[in-house]
Amino acid sequence: MMQWLPEDVSTFGPEIDALFYLIYYITAATFILVTVLMVVFLVVYRDRGDRRATYNHGNTTLEIIWTIIPAAILIVLAFMSASSWAKVKRHAPESDFELGVAAKQFNWEVSYAGPDAKLGTDDDVKFDNDLHVPVNKVVRIQLSAKDVIHSFFLPNLRLKQDAVPGRTILVWFEATKPGKYELPCAELCGFGHSGMKGWLYVHTPEDYQKWAGENLAAKPQ
Amino acid sequence: MSDTVAAHAPGGHHQELGFFRTYIFSLDHKMIGRQFLFMGLLMIVVGGLLAMLVRWQLAWPETAVPGLGIIPEPYIYAGEHGGGIIPPQTYNALFTMHATIMIFFVVMPIMVGTFGNFLIPLMIGAGDMAFPKLNMLSFWVGAIATVLMLASFFVPGGPAAGGWTSYATLSARAQYTGVEWGQHLWIMSLLVLGVSSLMGSINYITTIINMRAPGMSYFRMPLTVWSLFVTAILLLLALPVLTAALAMLLFDRMLGTSFFLPEGGGEPLLWQHMFWFFGHPEVYILVLPAMGVTSDILSTFSRKPIFGYHAMAFSMIAIAFLSWVVWGHHMFISGMNPLLGTAFMMTTMVIAVPSAIKVFNWLGTLWGGTIRLTSPMLFALGFVSNFLIGGLSGVFMASTPVDIFIHDTYYIVAHFHYVVAGIVFALFAAVYFWFPKMFGRMMNEPMAKIHFVLTYIFFNGAFFPMHFLGVAGHMRRIYNPMQYEFLQPMQHWNVFITISALCLGASQIFFVVNFVWSLCAGKKAERNPWQANTLEWSAPTPAPHGNFEVQPVVYRGPYEYSSPEVKEDWLPQDKNLGAGAAVRAH
Repeated sequence: MMQWLPEDVSTFGPEIDALFYLIYYITAATFILVTVLMVVFLVVYRDRGDRRATYNHGNTTLEIIWTIIPAAILIVLAFMSASSWAKVKRHAPESDFELGVAAKQFNWEVSYAGPDAKLGTDDDVKFDNDLHVPVNKVVRIQLSAKDVIHSFFLPNLRLKQDAVPGRTILVWFEATKPGKYELPCAELCGFGHSGMKGWLYVHTPEDYQKWAGENLAAKPQ
Repeated sequence: MSDTVAAHAPGGHHQELGFFRTYIFSLDHKMIGRQFLFMGLLMIVVGGLLAMLVRWQLAWPETAVPGLGIIPEPYIYAGEHGGGIIPPQTYNALFTMHATIMIFFVVMPIMVGTFGNFLIPLMIGAGDMAFPKLNMLSFWVGAIATVLMLASFFVPGGPAAGGWTSYATLSARAQYTGVEWGQHLWIMSLLVLGVSSLMGSINYITTIINMRAPGMSYFRMPLTVWSLFVTAILLLLALPVLTAALAMLLFDRMLGTSFFLPEGGGEPLLWQHMFWFFGHPEVYILVLPAMGVTSDILSTFSRKPIFGYHAMAFSMIAIAFLSWVVWGHHMFISGMNPLLGTAFMMTTMVIAVPSAIKVFNWLGTLWGGTIRLTSPMLFALGFVSNFLIGGLSGVFMASTPVDIFIHDTYYIVAHFHYVVAGIVFALFAAVYFWFPKMFGRMMNEPMAKIHFVLTYIFFNGAFFPMHFLGVAGHMRRIYNPMQYEFLQPMQHWNVFITISALCLGASQIFFVVNFVWSLCAGKKAERNPWQANTLEWSAPTPAPHGNFEVQPVVYRGPYEYSSPEVKEDWLPQDKNLGAGAAVRAH
C-alpha cells in the first residue's frame, strides 16, 4: 500500500512517513491476527452436531490485557506524533523568504514582496497559481482565503493547511530537491474545486536567482 | 421493579381500526418500525443510485452516463445515445446528497427507527412504547423531512452541493455555490428530521427506564437494547447542537446574519465546531445499534453467551462518553489552534480502545461455539470484518502529522465507508434475522447467502483500493482526477472501484427480490425459528397489539445458550424452570 506514497522532498517528510509506516505495520499485524483467529474459529468451531458449545461468559484477565495493550500502543503513538505535529504546525523556523498565498474561487493568488521587500504592500509582485522557490530554503507562507475555505495541499512536501476567510495562517516548508510539484486545492470550494491547482517550482539557487531577476524586478502593475 | 403493561387480548383489533389506523397512522410500535424500514429501503435505492453516478464520473470523467440524457440542462448535458454528461456543479450535488441521504435517511431510520421501534418493547417485555402517539408522530415528521429533502432535487439551482458537512462559508452564501433553495431545503429538512429523532429518543429512553418486565434488570437486557438506549441518549444531547448550527446557517443565508461570515464579524470555524460536536456523536449513533445487533446475532448463532457482556455494555457507555471529546479530529487541518489538535489526538487514540475491546469480545464469542453460518450470522461476521478494517484505518488519521497528508483524501473516504457503510452489513443481518418476527414469513436462505457473498466481495472491491488512492494523495470531492498529473497513474484504481461499486449495486437485486417475494409468498414463520433466547421470540408471530399473551417474567440474562441447566442449547429469558431448578444470579 505504501508504494503509492508520492515522492517526499520535504525536510519534515521523513518523520511523517515514518509514523505512517509504523502505524501501517501495527495495524496490518492487528488485522492479520484478528482475521486469522476469526477464520480459524469459524472453521474449527463450526457446528457439526457432535458437540455442545463451551458455556463461558468471559474472562476478566483477558479483558484487562486486551484493554491495556491497545491503550498503551495508541498512547505511545500519540506521544510520538505530538512532536512532529508541533514542528510542522507550531514552530515555523525563521526565514527571510516569505510569500503570500491568497486562495480564491478558483485559483491561488501568489504574492512576492516587491522592491520594498515587504509583503502586503502595493508593489507586491503577483502571480496566479505558481510558486517559485529555491531548494534547501525555509519558505514561509502567509495563507489566506478571499471567499470560502480552500486547502493548500503540497503532496510532495507532506503539507496541507486549510485557508480560512477572515484569518491569515502561517505555513512553512523546506524543499530538499529541485523539481515541479503539484499544488491542488484540497477542500471543496465550489463548482471549480476540481482542477483548482497550481505548481510549486523548486529551483537550484542559481536557477532561482535567474527566475527572480526576470520576474521579480519592478513591474508595472 | 417496573410497571407492567396490561397485555391486550390476543388477536388484536384490526377490523375495528380500519385501514388508515392500522397501516398509515398506526400507534403500534411494530407497524411504525415497519414504516421506518420501508422508508429507509426506498431511500437506500436513491442514495445508492447517486453513488453510482459519482463513481461513473470518477472512472470515466465527462463521458455520457447511459439514460441520464432525459435530465435537462444545465443539470446534465446530453451525450451520445441518450446518455447524459455530469457537469461539475451537479457532481458536487451528487456526492452531497448521496452522503446526506445515506446517513440521515437510510442508516438512522433503519437502525434506530426500525429496530429501535420494533425491538425495544418486545425485547424488554413491554406491550408498546411509553408514548405511542409521540411514536407515530416521530415517523410522520420524519416522512415530512424526507419529502423536503427529495423536493430539493427539483428546485432551480438544484439540490445542496456543499458536501454533507456543508462547511461555511461555502454554504453560508448562495452565491458561492449557485445553489439557493436546494440548500435552504436541505437545512429545513434536517431541522425537521431532528425533531423526529428527538421524539424517538424521548420515547426509547422512557420506555427502557420505565417499562422493563419483572426480572428484566438493566444487565439482563440484550445488547441490542443497550445499544439503542445509549444511542437515544446521544441523539438527545447531540441533535440540539446541530439544530442550532442549522438555524444559524439558515439565518446567514436568508436573514443577513453573520454567524459564519467573517465580513460581518462571524467565524467560519464556528460552523465546523458546532457541526462536528454533533457530527462525531452522530457517527456513534450510527454504529452503536449495529454493534448491539451484531452481539446478539453472534451469540445466537454461536450458541454461546456473549463473551464479556458487562465489558460490552460498559464499552458502549465509554464510547458514548468519549464521543463528546473527539470532534476536533475532523478539524486538525482547519486552522484551529494546533494545541487543540494535540489534545484531540489524545482523546481520539483513546476512543479506539473500547471499539477494540468489542472486536476482541466478538472473537471470544465465536471461540468454543457451535457456529451456524446462517445469513444473519454471515452478515454479522461481515460487519465485524469491515468494522475491523475501518477502525484500524482510523488510527492513521488520529495521528495529527499523518493526517496532514491524508486529510481530505480518499484515505478518509475509505475509512468512513468501512465503518459507516459497513453498518449496512449489520443492517442486512438484522433484517434477515428479525424478518420472521416482523412479517411472519421466512426469507429465502440460499438467496440470502448469495446476497452476502456478492455484497462482501464487491464492498471490499469498491472500498479497499480507496486506501491506495488516499496514500497517493487523491483528494476528496474532485470531479476529474485526470486533471492532476500526480493522480493520472492511479486512474486504473478508480475504474476498478467503480466497476466493483456497480457490481455491488447490482448484487442488491438478490436482496430486493428476496424481500419482496418473501413478504408475499415466503414460508410462514414459526414463533422462534432461530431458537433464540430474547423475549421477542416468546411473543406470537405475528405479535398482536400489546405483544405478549401473558406478561413475561424474566429469570435470566439474554445469552444463556448451551446452558448446563437444560438439554437444549438455548434457554429463553422468560422460561420458568420451576422451584427445583438451580437458581443462577445471572
